[in-house]
Amino acid sequence: MLRKLARSIRDVKKPAILTPILIVGEVVMEIMMPLTIVRLVGYIRAAEGTGSMKYVIICGVQLLCMALISLLFGALAGKTAAKASTGFAKNLRHDLFVSVQNFSFSNIDKFSTSSLITRMTTDVNNVQMSFMMIIRTAVRAPLMMISAIIAAFSLHPTLPWLFVVVVPLLGLALGMIIKVAMPLFNRVFKKYDALNASIQENVKGMRVVKAYVREDHECEKFGTAAEEVKREFTRAEKVVALNMPVMNFFMHVNMLVIAFFGAKLIINGNPSVAGSINVETLSSLLTYSMQVLMSLMMCSMIFVQIAISVESARRIVEVLDEKAEIVSPQNPITEIADGSFAFENVSFKYQKGAEKYVLSDINLTVPSGSTVGIMGVTGSAKSSLVSLLPRLYDATEGAVYVGGKNVKEYDIVALRDAISVVLQKNLLFSGTIAENLRWGNPNATDEELVAACKIAQADEFIRTFPEGYASHIEQGGTNVSGGQKQRLCIARAILKKPKILIFDDSTSAVDTKTDAFIRKGLKEQIPNTTKIIIAQRVASVMDADVILIMEGGKIAAQGTHGELMQTFPPYREMYEAQNRVNEEGGEA
Amino acid sequence: MAGPGGMRRGPAGAKMRAPKGTTKRLIGMLFRENKWYLIAVVTCLIICSICGSVGGIFMKNLYDAIELALVDRSAGWNQVLTLIGIMIGVYSLNILCAFIHTRLNAVVTYKFLTNLRNKMFERMQKLPVRYFDSHTHGEVMSHYTNDIDVLSQLVSQSIPHLFQSVITITILFCTMVFYSLWLTMVVLIGVFTMLIVTKKIGGRSATFFLSQQRSVAAVEGFVEEAMSGQKVIKVFNHESSAIQDFDRVNEEWQGNAYKANKFANMLMPILNNIGNSLYVLVAFIGGTLLVLTKGQMANLSLEAVFDSGFTTAMNVLSISVCISFLNMTKHFANQVSQVSGQINAVVMAQAGAARVFQMIDELEETDEGYVTLVNAKYDENGNLTETKERTGIWAWKHPHKAEGTVTYTRLAGDIVLDHVDFGYVPEKIVLHDVTLYAKPGQKVAFVGATGAGKTTITNLINRFYDIADGKVRYDGININKIKKADLRRSLGIVLQDTNLFTGTVMENIRYGRLDATDEEVYAAARLANADDFIRRLPNGYQTMLTADGANLSQGQRQLLSIARAAVADAPVMILDEATSSIDTRTEALVQKGTDQLMQGRTVFVIAHRLSTVQNSDVIMVLDHGRIIERGSHQELIAQKGKYYQLYTGAFELE
Repeated sequence: MLRKLARSIRDVKKPAILTPILIVGEVVMEIMMPLTIVRLVGYIRAAEGTGSMKYVIICGVQLLCMALISLLFGALAGKTAAKASTGFAKNLRHDLFVSVQNFSFSNIDKFSTSSLITRMTTDVNNVQMSFMMIIRTAVRAPLMMISAIIAAFSLHPTLPWLFVVVVPLLGLALGMIIKVAMPLFNRVFKKYDALNASIQENVKGMRVVKAYVREDHECEKFGTAAEEVKREFTRAEKVVALNMPVMNFFMHVNMLVIAFFGAKLIINGNPSVAGSINVETLSSLLTYSMQVLMSLMMCSMIFVQIAISVESARRIVEVLDEKAEIVSPQNPITEIADGSFAFENVSFKYQKGAEKYVLSDINLTVPSGSTVGIMGVTGSAKSSLVSLLPRLYDATEGAVYVGGKNVKEYDIVALRDAISVVLQKNLLFSGTIAENLRWGNPNATDEELVAACKIAQADEFIRTFPEGYASHIEQGGTNVSGGQKQRLCIARAILKKPKILIFDDSTSAVDTKTDAFIRKGLKEQIPNTTKIIIAQRVASVMDADVILIMEGGKIAAQGTHGELMQTFPPYREMYEAQNRVNEEGGEA
Repeated sequence: MAGPGGMRRGPAGAKMRAPKGTTKRLIGMLFRENKWYLIAVVTCLIICSICGSVGGIFMKNLYDAIELALVDRSAGWNQVLTLIGIMIGVYSLNILCAFIHTRLNAVVTYKFLTNLRNKMFERMQKLPVRYFDSHTHGEVMSHYTNDIDVLSQLVSQSIPHLFQSVITITILFCTMVFYSLWLTMVVLIGVFTMLIVTKKIGGRSATFFLSQQRSVAAVEGFVEEAMSGQKVIKVFNHESSAIQDFDRVNEEWQGNAYKANKFANMLMPILNNIGNSLYVLVAFIGGTLLVLTKGQMANLSLEAVFDSGFTTAMNVLSISVCISFLNMTKHFANQVSQVSGQINAVVMAQAGAARVFQMIDELEETDEGYVTLVNAKYDENGNLTETKERTGIWAWKHPHKAEGTVTYTRLAGDIVLDHVDFGYVPEKIVLHDVTLYAKPGQKVAFVGATGAGKTTITNLINRFYDIADGKVRYDGININKIKKADLRRSLGIVLQDTNLFTGTVMENIRYGRLDATDEEVYAAARLANADDFIRRLPNGYQTMLTADGANLSQGQRQLLSIARAAVADAPVMILDEATSSIDTRTEALVQKGTDQLMQGRTVFVIAHRLSTVQNSDVIMVLDHGRIIERGSHQELIAQKGKYYQLYTGAFELE
């Protein structure tokens, strides 16, 4: 997992390595300072006798230099750490994004949109925090601890043994607090997320809440849930609150014990023997003891931060590790001969482990340039069938051919450029209308845009907008009507000049007359393109060369309108039912 | 442990700096709600700070005692023991108080946050629909996530830290003045430098943190759009240009995040080492003074004042004073850095608090209505009177202040719009002079293009918005006089977007009327044609719905929302037809369900399919906020106007 994440360090490798080095410099200076101060005080004592300030001044200047160097190193380390951590986060996010771009549809289905968003925001944040802590504090704290202990021993041979006793004890205490608190936090975080989800639900459903006068009911519901979150948060936080008194306890015990023995040693001591000690040594020893304990505290903080981000890191790596299921073959074919296609004993299911096939035993051959209509109730696998053509999914069994070749032999980009799908759940992106249309062909001229929009019956309404083709589309296309959105999506698909054009229920919000115009336009303007139309209305498909009736993942019937009217009673019933409506009122 | 993972959406940090008074209000709120807790916390914090800062005095006395012991062993040793004894007591108290205040603070923090969250939520429920139409969901949500998270940081960490630091600084300062005024001056110069550095570097850091928040919002917005449209991106081979666009926002984020973190990271080492230099400076100056005067440095201090019985402020600077002064200097500088280190948290929390307060301060939906809806029955004289039990008969209770009388009008469902004008903003009128009559039991349909004003009319009937001019009457009563809650209770609504809530199917249907029995829920579901599919769900009526009923199909969700309206059993229904495409079979079910629901009620239908409107008593054709045609289906067809064109497919609906 670490190696996977480390790959995103890339261009910030230099600051990432430089940071710990700079920190080492900072720590060394910080450790040397108390030692030097012992010397300084010694010189001062001596100077009191001699009156010579020489050594005092030298020592003082040394100390100031150390502070300056420490400042420099510290500030630089801060800068490089910021560079490294934000750069790392940027790269990680980029890698995630690229990884998702390479997903096939089945990969996308596996991760929900919201979970992908969380991974790219909150999870990356957590990992970034940990990364910064690791390159700064994870080097600093243990180094500080060890060098402080060593420096302390250099001052006195026995007293620092106390640190060696206290450190594991404090470590144990802090470790236990974390061990108890972590599961509590993990649980309450889940509840907290659920609480926020319920707020979102309330915001989205505010009209319903108000229409049914359920404001008080909602407040009550929310109050109960919030109370529970509060109780659990308080409980978890109370455990963490033990950190401070525990820390204080060890710090004070440490200080008093050193003060006691130190004083005893000084008073009983013979200045000439080893292990002698004086007031300034004692003072420095105390400084070191503080540094040791503080470092340990920092270590525990790093530990917590890392523990929090392990789950985030796991979720990130899960996306990075996800292998795109559909990739281009080696030596792919990049030319698609024509728009003919065929299914040969095709069966399909979305997951390998799934029991039931979504499509089974599909056999079908369609010549280039023809129009295919597909009808069937929801869940009859109409969309699944067409999604096999541009290899949005791969057939589980059997083979799919386009232009006479198995789709798996083509370069994916070339294949998808040749097959245009107007998805059922289609989307426009924030940007101008022209920008959205150019998704189909980035190099399309203005004339080509207009031509495509004319076929899609979109040109007319676009011209009524004050800014025409430069009009801005809001995120999700909320500022155009459903029918307009569908027609823009159709124009976008036409711009690709595909060999096969697939409409997956793409004119449901368009009125019958416009629908007919669109079909007429397609027929006249791009006669050589194979057209596949999935629809709910018989009127949308009745002119097709062949109509497929899907039922439970199989082709229940196929034929022209005339044939089906005679041979397939359900089709005739549907036709009559819809036409009765038309006679009475007409479907819009 | 700051905020948890999960939802972090929507633009944050739209405002740069918080308006004045935000902090005061926040602290005031915190204090009012937790008075006794906070007094306890503050007391403990003060004790802790005092206990923590006497370490310097202890050391000074310890060194003195040790020096004494070198001369007079037993007296000095006894002093050492006494000092350590006292310190054991002091430190025990410190640990106890630390234990108490950290625990209490955990309680206070979450109590405060929960109260704040409840306040926000309660206020939010009372906000007019206009608020939700003019703010994105992400914006509203970020108050509950981002803003609350930074506040949590503030209350649980920053405030106690700051408070403790300020007390410690005060105590240390007094102690230092007590021992030596000259050396204190040196320390003050150093502290002054630290403050200037903080203002410079810390201030820049805070500014960049705020811009970082804005670019976070931009990245999140981009990711959200791209992830939602991922399949479209794939179909158009648009991956590489999506990556390019993403890199742009991502790099902008890094620019701001880098600067923010850079300054924040640099602040600490700089301050610490100014502290260290200060330490050296004090040592050096103290030492020099000692040396130059050969231990006879005249020292201006309060200690001297006390020791001499207020006769002089001078004594001799001793080496023990110097050494303990050094430790105090270090401690002092540490505390100043601590305060400075909180600057980012404080600035961000201020901005967060300002946004939260802005939401809490939003004006509530006003309601000056006084006509209420009551259960009614006919007494023996055939007069309508109020009753407690549910009779199925409802009446408007209309008190007349002037005469002091009350009249009851039976709820019938007669609705009149009389020359109504309306605009979402005053400058732009979207409905012009709309007049219509809906008799009890009539079905009124609105047809017209998007933006013609169909939905707007229904927004006015249930007073989601208030009209600009004209009158709306319900059973002859001006709806402005009716209490909003009662008005809305008398209107059933099926909205275009079916919003379901986390809970069981049963709970979702019962949302229409909370006291409905299980039987009534089943009946409503049968009426809505939803019973069949519900019973086929894994747990029938007890099936849990999550994430807005994501486990149901669009058609099924519509059926549930019809059932929900059915159980409410209101005499007037507003039906905003769903536009999303559902297959013919489910659509027929939905159609039948709505037909059954409409029977015997006054119904307003916003139609997206002409097939649903033909049997209406009256059809209103709207165009640009005006009713351009009205009449029954046959009449309108005969007119050969716009409706005829729509009907023949020359124009598109929706």
